[in-house]
Parts: sequence; structure tokens; C-alpha cells
Amino acid sequence: MKNTIDHSTAAATFNKDVERVNWHDETLWFVRSKRDKSAHAIPEWEALRDTASKIKNNVLSNMHHYLQEFEAKAKENGIIVHWAADGAEHNKIVHSIIAKHGVTQMVKSKSMLTEECHLNEYLADNGVQVIDSDLGEFIVQLRQEPPSHIVLPAIHLKKEDVSDTFNEHLGTEKGNNDPQYLTEAARKELRDTFLTRKVALTGVNFAVAETGEFVVCTNEGNADMGAHLADVHIACMGFEKLVPERKHLGVFLRLLARSATGQPITTFSSHFKKPRKGQEMHIVIVDNGRSTQLGREEFRNSLKCIRCGACMNTCPVYRRSGGHSYHNAVAGPIGSILAPNLDMKKNADLPFASTLCGSCTNVCPVKIDIHDQLYKWRQVLVKEGYTPTSKTIAMKGMSAVLANPTVFKIAGKAGRFVMKNMPFMVNNNLNAWYKQREMPAPPEESFREWYARKAKESKDKK
Amino acid sequence: MSSRDSILSKIKSNQPVSVNELPGLSFLGLDKIDVLETYKTVLKGIGGFCEEVSSLEEVKAYVETKYPEAKRKITTIPELAVIAETNWDAHDPHTLQDVELAIIKAHFGVAENSALWVTDAILGQRVSPFIPQYLAIIVNKKDIVATMQQAYERIGNSDYGFGTFIAGPSKTADIEQSLVLGAHGARGLTVFLME
Repeated sequence: MKNTIDHSTAAATFNKDVERVNWHDETLWFVRSKRDKSAHAIPEWEALRDTASKIKNNVLSNMHHYLQEFEAKAKENGIIVHWAADGAEHNKIVHSIIAKHGVTQMVKSKSMLTEECHLNEYLADNGVQVIDSDLGEFIVQLRQEPPSHIVLPAIHLKKEDVSDTFNEHLGTEKGNNDPQYLTEAARKELRDTFLTRKVALTGVNFAVAETGEFVVCTNEGNADMGAHLADVHIACMGFEKLVPERKHLGVFLRLLARSATGQPITTFSSHFKKPRKGQEMHIVIVDNGRSTQLGREEFRNSLKCIRCGACMNTCPVYRRSGGHSYHNAVAGPIGSILAPNLDMKKNADLPFASTLCGSCTNVCPVKIDIHDQLYKWRQVLVKEGYTPTSKTIAMKGMSAVLANPTVFKIAGKAGRFVMKNMPFMVNNNLNAWYKQREMPAPPEESFREWYARKAKESKDKK
Repeated sequence: MSSRDSILSKIKSNQPVSVNELPGLSFLGLDKIDVLETYKTVLKGIGGFCEEVSSLEEVKAYVETKYPEAKRKITTIPELAVIAETNWDAHDPHTLQDVELAIIKAHFGVAENSALWVTDAILGQRVSPFIPQYLAIIVNKKDIVATMQQAYERIGNSDYGFGTFIAGPSKTADIEQSLVLGAHGARGLTVFLME
């Protein structure tokens, strides 16, 4: 396992290339704008969000029942159901299915859950080659990078980067940066993959308790190309993907793509209920910390997430720090409230990677109180002793100063004196506040001093 | 204890004590819209083509002029057997890899997103709308509903092994957000709106 670089350090590196950061920022804001246009075209948008949120509230409060209902129905439909307590068990289950069929290759469509469980690495270690078939994921896989966004996995790359990668791995023309040409090259390469793989793995967007079916949404058609040509279809889902009844899909499918990219719906919304004749279909239901999060009352709502990515596209910190700086399968605001549940120590920096502006909460299609949860995680992390020492010392110093009026008065005076006469004492590389920022000019006197002076002056007048 | 039982028991003890009520859906999707016009506008917006026809003869004529005769075409519609293969539904799905055009029917369409609902019953093979280079789908004008709310009312509790909503041609914008039609599935979608 590589050492984790904390968010602010990674963000500082990302910010060195100003032109690229500006481009990244603008590109994601463009996606956010498309979301707005699409949402505003639906007069009942807010009612839809409200309804989706309430449906998920019901699911979370009745999960125990719905999961068993889903399992029973799926089994009736001829699907084999597996349960995995954590990522390791999930990986083992997937590998055992592949091994049973005696194959060493698998095609996979987008699944953030398998990223979370590090399935590809596990399978590679066990001699199974996995090819990611979503174009964005295919690109980052060739580059041996993780996806930087849950919906737009290669959003951190420019077409020149993709061209170089394809030139190296697929033999495309050097310097041909035309997205049409590059996509065509990937299409040809992956068509061959689809036609030759016996096992296909897909994610799950929604699973219906009432019917035992699951829905997979793609624009490329890659999940379907894999699943309908393979002898074995494995679908992996976190248990929170459940919705109670089939009709509830209507609400979520109206929200998902509009929130994600501004499309009215993804090109394909495929409902898998039974294996096709002669095919084997598996579902792996994964916990991996979700049941713990369900028990954290303040953070429970994070399990409502439908992975649209709207909170990332709108986040001023994500847009200017990039998905990789979050060192987690799910980046951005939602990732920052999911990650500490998985590992508080490793992810203690993430809830601080936010300005708490609340934009994420405002665009969330299932109305998760994301910025409130970021704020609440900060408190939990400080209490549990997971925050960086520099922050803890600063906070302790601050609370000592604010708690004592005399100390506060002296500290204020000293501060104004230093800023006025020895600015280098604070404006140096040791003070993060001065990075891309200037402090305001120090005032001549404090409010207290002003108030005392004015009171004296008016008294003198009388 | 098996993982199944331990996960379920942990969920039971961690989920909220009382069940939050499910909201009703009957108040959604009631905005009055011109269903057919909306369908056509949205389809165009997502890169699909629309042809209004009044008979399968017109579909035949359209296909004959637009698609080269030499390339492989398949259909699930017996009346189109002169221009496209039928009886491929029991073949190995891999044998469809060289299909240029598939012509199929949809149960119904949805105006708000121009999606068409198709299931096993009318697909011939599950892979048939994904594997061809181009796709044509016939839907009756009277079978267009306003929103996904009506779509699921219409699907109701009908049984299928596989069903999918198809909205436009396969696409990607994974390279610098530049839209490219024809990612892995069909490069183009023509919807025949039948009188």
C-alpha cells in the first residue's frame, strides 16, 4: 500500500499547473451548469428531490426487511445471491466465481464499489486480468491511475494525455488528439474484449426489493455489451442501493442523469431480473462499513447517495484540487463524509477539505445534508484525536486566548503590532493563511480601544 | 454466524427504531405537456433521428435508401423479412457481431427523456440493441407517455427477464467532455414514430 498524501499537500501539487487547474475548474463548472439547466426544466424538481429523499429515509429505516425481501425475490428469479461483510470477502467471492469457471480474464463496467474494495489489484495478484470497459476507466486503467471522479473517471486528463496513452498502448497515431478518433480506437479494442470474455462484472445503480431486479445505467452501453455476451454476469452492490418498489425507479431515474451530466436520462437504463437462458447471474451484496454508518445517526444520511457526482462538480475545493487529492474511491464532498467511516485515521483530513459553503447540499438529488455532516465529522475527528497536531495546537492556543479577556486584549495588541511592524513574522511560508492570500491592513486600534476612547471623549464633552 | 446473518443482525440493531413512511407518488408527473412534440425535441437533443411513418412499407423504403444493401441487417418484425434477417433469436449472441442495423419494436416511449422501453419479449436477443452499428426502433405515436411516472405505471408488475430504456445512440464524453456518438453500442438511433 502506498503512503497516503494528505489532501492539502496533494492539492498544493495539483495547483502548481495554473492553466490546468483553471481548465479543470471550468470544465466541472460547465457540467454543473448543464445540471442546472436540466433541473430547471422540470417544474417539480424540488418535489422529486424531496420524494427521493423520503423514499431513501424509508429504505434506511427498514433495510433489514428490504434486504431479505430482495434476496428472496432474486433467488426466485434464478439469481445466485452472495453476502460480503467487507472488501476482502467481496474480492474472494468474485474470484471464486471466476475460478469456478476456469477463466483468467474478465470485463468490467463501472463500479465504484469494486474500486472501494480494490478488486482489480486482488484479481491481478490471483492471476486474473480485468479490463475496465467504461472509456474513462479504460483510459485511467491503462495509465495505472485510479478514477478521479465517480461519473467522469478521466476528467483530470486532457485529450493530449489520452492521445499519448493510446499511442503507447493501442498504437494510435502520435499527436492525433481528436476525441472521435481516440474513442473509435477504444471501441475497436474493447469490442474484441466484449466478444471474448466469459465473465462480465457490472455495478448496480438500483436494486428493487419488491421484484429482485437490479438496474444498471450507462451511456456507452458497455455494461450491456459485457453482460449479454458473457456466460456469467456478476453484479456487485453496496446494500444501500435498494429501493422498495419498481415504481420508485421512476423518481430516481428522473433525478440521476440530470444531476450527473444534465442529460434527461442515461442512454441505457437496463433492468436485470433473470439470467438469460444458459447464463449464470450472481449478485454480491456488500456491507464494508455501511452497517456501521447506518448506526451513526448523524452520518446515516450519507447512505442515501445515488452516486451522481453533482456535489463534486459544484464543489469549489474539488474543482480546484482534483479527485486524486481525496485518496479515496469516492472523492469530493460525499466521499469526504463516507471515507472517515471506513478509516478515520487515514481520512481525517477529508472533512477539512471543504469551505462548508453548502453548494453540495443544495444540488444533492436525495437531499443529503453534506456540508453539515462535514462539519460534524470535524468535531468527531478532533474529539477522537485524529486531527493533525498543528491544527490541534492552533485550536488549543485559540481557545486559551478567547477564554480570557485579558489575554485576548494583550494578544490583539501584539498581533496588530506584529502585522504592522514585523509582517514577515506572520507572512512567511510557515503560515498557510498567506498562501494565495493577503491579510487585511491591521487597524490602528481595536474595537475595545475605540469604544473606550469614544466614551471618554463624549464624557469630556459634557 | 454467516456473513449474511451477521450483516443482517448488525443492520437490524443499527437501523432507526421506527420505520419512516414511504411517500406517495401520485402527485408527480402531472404537468401538461405536448407529449409528441416533447418527445421529438428531446430525441433530437440527445442525438437521435426521428422519422414519422404511417406503415411498415415506409420503414422498408427508408431503410433501403439509407443503409447499404450488402451489409447485414436483422429484425424482429416478420413484415420486414424482405430487407432484414429474422429467426436469429436462438443463435449464439456472438454471431450478431457483424450486424450493421437492427430494426426492433418498443413497447412505448417517454416524452420527457425520449427513452424507449424494450424487453426480452420483443428484443429477439438481449444484445440486439447494443451490438449492431446502427439501431432503428419502431414505436406507435399513441404509445408515448409523458414522464417516467407514467412509464412505470404502464410497466406495472409485468414480468420480464430483462428490460431496458434506450434514449438515443450510445455515447461518451470521457475525453475532455467532447461528445462522441457510438461508444460501444449503436452509433446512431432512428426512431420510427408510427401513426
